[in-house]
Amino acid sequence: MRHLSRRAALALGAGSAAITVLGWGKGAYATPQAAAGDVAKFTGGAKPESGKISIELPEIAENGNTVPLSFSVDAPMTDADYVSDVLVVAEGNPNPGVATFHFTPLSGKAEASTRIRLATTQNIVVVAKTSGGKYFTASKLVKVTIGGCGG
Amino acid sequence: MAETPKIRVPKTAKKGDVIEIKTLLPHTMESGQRKDRDGKTIPRKIINKFAVQFNGKPVFSATIEPAVAANPYLQFFAKVDESGTFKFSWTDDDGSVTTAEEKITVA
Repeated sequence: MRHLSRRAALALGAGSAAITVLGWGKGAYATPQAAAGDVAKFTGGAKPESGKISIELPEIAENGNTVPLSFSVDAPMTDADYVSDVLVVAEGNPNPGVATFHFTPLSGKAEASTRIRLATTQNIVVVAKTSGGKYFTASKLVKVTIGGCGG
Repeated sequence: MAETPKIRVPKTAKKGDVIEIKTLLPHTMESGQRKDRDGKTIPRKIINKFAVQFNGKPVFSATIEPAVAANPYLQFFAKVDESGTFKFSWTDDDGSVTTAEEKITVA
């Protein structure tokens, strides 16, 4: 340690800290890219149009362990034209997948609610697929005070 | 093992009504992300699939990831044209399936 000047030591410390943060961030959490990858898999590469979907989520979630999520897709839900699948992904969780909902004309409405876990402040992306093969998307930012993925 | 699910379905409805259904199954939904005191990862054990049929026809289902909170709660809708029975099923990671039924009278 004697050969190490104070300045060099500080630089080393800062460097390793930065590496730790970057490495941890990459390993522990999904990225918007990973979430986009899930969306691309769901749509088969098609780019979803924005609109038709409304998402209900708290602006600020104090407890990330259970965050109420509701969505509704504007669709007639008839045999000829209905929403068949809805994908929900989170951009900042350990894994982007949250759930995929499957609807039929018997569902009556393309609407559902559940409670989800959020590790940190992040965007939630909802993508809907219609029986005609069209895709729609919407997203919403949730600020999370206490993360909900355990440690 | 299997907990009793809580289900809310109206007892009666008019033909063509779109009714609201709420379900909840007590379950820890162990995410596979948590570690125990010795630093070992607690293995994942969640409900990974939920499905509802009405008189044998699929109404609604969900493929669930660990990001769904403990005691998975699901609220959704169903269009009823006739009296009949809703069948609910929850599939656990260990392969066990919890099932339940609710009847509705449609006038």
